[in-house]
Amino acid sequence: MAHQSDLIAEDIAAYLKTQEQKQILRFITCGSVDDGKSTLIGRLLWDSKMVFEDQLAALEVDSKKVGTQGEEIDYALLLDGLQAEREQGITIDVAYRYFSTDKRKFIVADTPGHEQYTRNMVTGASTAEVAIILIDARKGVLTQSRRHSYLTSLVGIRKIVLAINKMDLVDYAEDRYQEIIAEYKEFAAELGFEEICCIPISALKGDNIIKASERTPWYQGPTLMHHLEHVEITDNALSKPFRMRVQWVNRPNLDFRGFSGTIASGIVKPGDTVVVPSSGQTSKVARIVTMDGDLEEAVAGQAITITLEDEIDISRGDMLCCPEKRPSFADQFEAHVVWMHEDALLPGRSYLIKAGSATAPAQVSALKHKVNVNTLQREPGKTLELNEVGICNISLTKPISFDPYQENRSTGNFILIDRFTNATVGAGMIDFALRRATNIHWQSIDINKQSRAEMNDQQPKVLWFTGLSGAGKSTIANLVEKKLHSLGKRTYLLDGDNVRHGLNRDLGFTDADRVENIRRIAETARLFVDAGMIVLTSFISPFKSERRLARELLEEGEFVEIFVNTPLEICEVRDPKGLYKKARAGELPNFTGIDSDYEPPENPEIEVEAGTRSADDIAEEIVAKII
Amino acid sequence: MKIEMTHLRQLEAESIHIIREVAAEFENPVMLYSIGKDSAVMLHLAKKAFYPSKIPFPLMHVDTTWKFREMIEFREKMRKEYDFDLLVYTNQEGASQGINPFDHGSALYTDIMKTEGLKQGLDKYKFDAAFGGARRDEEKSRAKERIFSFRSENHRWDPKSQRPELWNLYNAKVKPGESIRSFPLSNWTELDIWQYIYLEEIPIVPLYYAKVRPVVERDGMLILIDDDRIKLAPGEEAQMKSVRFRTLGCYPLTAAVESDAATLPEIIQEMLLTRTSERQGRLIDHDSAGSMEKKKQEGYF
Ligand SMILES: Nc1nc2c(ncn2[C@@H]2O[C@H](COP(=O)(O)OP(=O)(O)O)[C@@H](O)[C@H]2O)c(=O)[nH]1
Ligand SMILES: [Mg+2]
Repeated sequence: MAHQSDLIAEDIAAYLKTQEQKQILRFITCGSVDDGKSTLIGRLLWDSKMVFEDQLAALEVDSKKVGTQGEEIDYALLLDGLQAEREQGITIDVAYRYFSTDKRKFIVADTPGHEQYTRNMVTGASTAEVAIILIDARKGVLTQSRRHSYLTSLVGIRKIVLAINKMDLVDYAEDRYQEIIAEYKEFAAELGFEEICCIPISALKGDNIIKASERTPWYQGPTLMHHLEHVEITDNALSKPFRMRVQWVNRPNLDFRGFSGTIASGIVKPGDTVVVPSSGQTSKVARIVTMDGDLEEAVAGQAITITLEDEIDISRGDMLCCPEKRPSFADQFEAHVVWMHEDALLPGRSYLIKAGSATAPAQVSALKHKVNVNTLQREPGKTLELNEVGICNISLTKPISFDPYQENRSTGNFILIDRFTNATVGAGMIDFALRRATNIHWQSIDINKQSRAEMNDQQPKVLWFTGLSGAGKSTIANLVEKKLHSLGKRTYLLDGDNVRHGLNRDLGFTDADRVENIRRIAETARLFVDAGMIVLTSFISPFKSERRLARELLEEGEFVEIFVNTPLEICEVRDPKGLYKKARAGELPNFTGIDSDYEPPENPEIEVEAGTRSADDIAEEIVAKII
Repeated sequence: MKIEMTHLRQLEAESIHIIREVAAEFENPVMLYSIGKDSAVMLHLAKKAFYPSKIPFPLMHVDTTWKFREMIEFREKMRKEYDFDLLVYTNQEGASQGINPFDHGSALYTDIMKTEGLKQGLDKYKFDAAFGGARRDEEKSRAKERIFSFRSENHRWDPKSQRPELWNLYNAKVKPGESIRSFPLSNWTELDIWQYIYLEEIPIVPLYYAKVRPVVERDGMLILIDDDRIKLAPGEEAQMKSVRFRTLGCYPLTAAVESDAATLPEIIQEMLLTRTSERQGRLIDHDSAGSMEKKKQEGYF
C-alpha cells in the first residue's frame, strides 16, 4: 500500500513529520501509440490511491461508453482528458499527472505517441530525471524505441527504465523478455545512459507494477513502483559551480538592493565572492535574504534574494557566478535545436532567444546538419521542419552567460520565440561557445566607447556599402573616406584587399565561408566603432541575413547601410576585373548576379543610383547625409 | 555532501520562480484572489517571492455577491493584516438584473457573474497577466494546462494551440489585448496544499474546519444556510450538522461534507482516508462530460 494508513489513523502528527522528508521525482513515459502509456500511468494512480470514488464512478460509466476493455475498467480513461482526444481515442498533448507514496511525490509527463511526438516528448522530458521506455513485448524494439531513447539522452536524462509491457500477451515468457533487453542494450550503448533498469510488466493486469508478480517467477528485480521510489535522484546540480540568474532586482527602498533568483547550480554562502560575467565585476555575498530569515547557506533549486557588499551594476538576465569556474560568456554558440512549429526554422531569420531570465534577438547563422531521430544519421538540410533536430550555430545580438547543456542542464537550455506570432518555435541545448571568448572574460573597462568617441570628436559608425560586383562600391567608399578625412574625421576602410589577404586568408568562396567572411568583417567593424572610428566597408554582402547580423552587432544608429544600386547590365559592361566574363563562361561558380542571388536591401539608410551619376557627386551626397 | 530539498520546499521554490518571472516580464499583472485555500497559499508564496519588498501587483477578487459571508470577512481581515492592494470587482449589470443561482440555474449564473465578471474585471484594468491558483490535479482537462497559459483578446483558451513549455522557461510574449494566465500552483496536489498550510501556519477561512452549522439537504448535497436569500422548499428543513468545506465558492453552489475534523492534522487525516475528490463539492462540474474544458475555453479560470 502506498500510504501508511495505520499511522495516519493513529498518529497524524507523527505521520505528517515523516512526510516532511519526502522528495519529488519527475519522470516521463515514452512509447508508441498503444504501447500502454496511459494504461500504465492510470494503474500507478489507481494503485497509489490517487483515484477517488467519484472519479471511479465516472470512470466506470466512461469505460462502458468509450472504453476499449469491454466490461473491465479502462485505466487509460483516467488520463485522456480532453474531449477531442477521448473521441479519437488518442492523447494529443503533454499532460502532467501526480501521485505520491510515503517515500516520494511523483510528477509524470504523459506524452502521446504519434506525429507530434518529438515536440511533445522533448517538452515532457525537459524536466524529467527518469524515463520509462515502454516496449510492447509482442513487437519488441522498434524504430520508435530508438527515437524515444535518442530524445531521452538528448535532453540529458541518464536513468532509464525499460518496461517490457503486455507480458500477459506473450505468456510471461522469459526468453522473449531476455531477447528484447539484449537487443535494446546493444543499441543503447552509444547513448550514454548511466543506468538501464529492465522490468517485465503488464500495465493492464498489474504484474510487477506494485507487487512482484507470481507469473514471472524468473524475474528477481524490483517492481516498477519500488524502483521509482528508490532510484537515486542524482542531485549533481549541487556539486557544480555556483550559478544564479537574476530574475528580479529587489529594491524596497534606497537602503536595500537585492538580486532575486533561483540557484541553478552549486551552493552559496555569505562571504563568497561572486562575479557577473557581463561586466567582469566581482563582489562578496553580504546576505542571503528570505522571508523566513537570512540563510547561512543556499543550494541549487532554492529561490532566494542575495545582497552584495559592493554597489555593482546588475540587472535581470545577468548571472551571478563562482569566479573560479566561470560560465561561457559569448554571443555565439553551437546547439542542438528541436523545432516545435509548423513554420520551419530559417537560418538568418531573427528570433528571440530566452535563456533563463536573459532574452535577446538571435539567429541561426548556420544549420550544420540535421539528425535523423530514427537512424541517428546526420543529414544535410537548409531548414528545420517541425519535429526535426538540427545542430546549429546561433548568434545573438548580445552576449549571455551559459554552460554547455551536457555540463549543466539548468544553464545550458533555451527556447526560441517567433518575433511576429510570439509562438514558442524551438528548444535548444547548448553544445559549446563558438570562437570568440570561451575563455576570454570581459574585463571591466573604465574607458569606453563614448569616451573614445568624445576624444575623436565624432559619432562612430559603420558605412556599410553593399551592391553588385562592379557597382562602384570601392570607388565611392574611397572618395567618401577622402572627404571625411579632409573634414578631420578619423576613418578606416575595410575592403577585399586588406581583409582577404590577411584576417580572412583562410576563407574561400563557399556559402559557409562567405558567411564567415562577413561575420569577421562585421566584428572587426564593431571593434573599430568601439574604438571611436568611422568605418567604411566595401563588400558585395549579397545576403540580407548577414547584413542584418552586422546591423545587430551595433547599436541603434551606428549602422548605415548604403545600397549602391547599379543595374546588372551596367556592371557587366563595366566588368573592371573581367569576372562577369569568366562567370558567364562558367569558370566562376556562385558568382553574385549570375548564378547566385543578390538580395537588395529593403530599407537601406541610403540608396544611391550609381549607373549614371558621377562617383564624386554620389560621395558628396553621402557625406552630407551622415555628418 | 548532500543537501536535499524536500518536496514542499521544492514546490515552494518553483512557484516563487514562476511568480517572479511574471512580475519581471509583464507590465500590468494581477493576482486573482478567490479567498480559498489555494489563493491563501499563492498569496503566501507571493509575499515570499518579493520579500522584503511589497507584492508589486494588486490582487483582484471577483465578487459574485454570493460568496460565503465568512469568506468576505476573512478577505477584509487579510487586507488589513497583509499589506497588499485589493481590487474587488462585481459584474454590476448582472447584479442589478438580479442574476442568482437559485432562479437562473448554476450554468447561466456562473457564466454571467463569474466568467463574465472576471473578463470585465480584467478588461477594465487592462491586465496583461493574471495569476490563478488552479492546480493540474484538480480536473482532467487541467492536466495539460500550461503554467503560462495564453489567452486571446477575448480571453479564450485554445487547448489545441498551446505553447510548448520546457524546463523552467516561460514564454511571456503577448500582443496588446492578449494575455497570459499564470498558474504557479500547477504542480501542487490537494495534499501538498494542506501539508504546506500546516507547515507554514497559513491562515485560512474558518469554513474549512468542521463546526456545527445550519445546512439543508438538496439534491443529495448539504448546502449551508448562509443568509436569508436561500429559501427552503416545501419538505426541506434546516438541520444543525457538524460540517466543513473542502473547497469554497458561492455558497448555494458549494456542498459541505459532514465531518468532525476541526484542526489541520484532522483535515489531512480525513482527506487521506476518504476517497472522494474535492471537486465533487462543486456543482458546476457535474453538468456534462468535459464541462470544465468548455468553461475554460470560454474564459472561466
Ligand atoms: N493485454 C494487455 N493490454 C494492454 C496492456 N497495456 C495496455 N494495454 C492495452 O493497449 C491499448 C493501448 O493502451 P494505452 O494505454 O491507451 O496506450 P498509449 O497509447 O501508450 O497511451 C489499450 O487497449 C490497453 O488496454 C498490457 O499490459 N496487456
Ligand atoms: Mg495515451
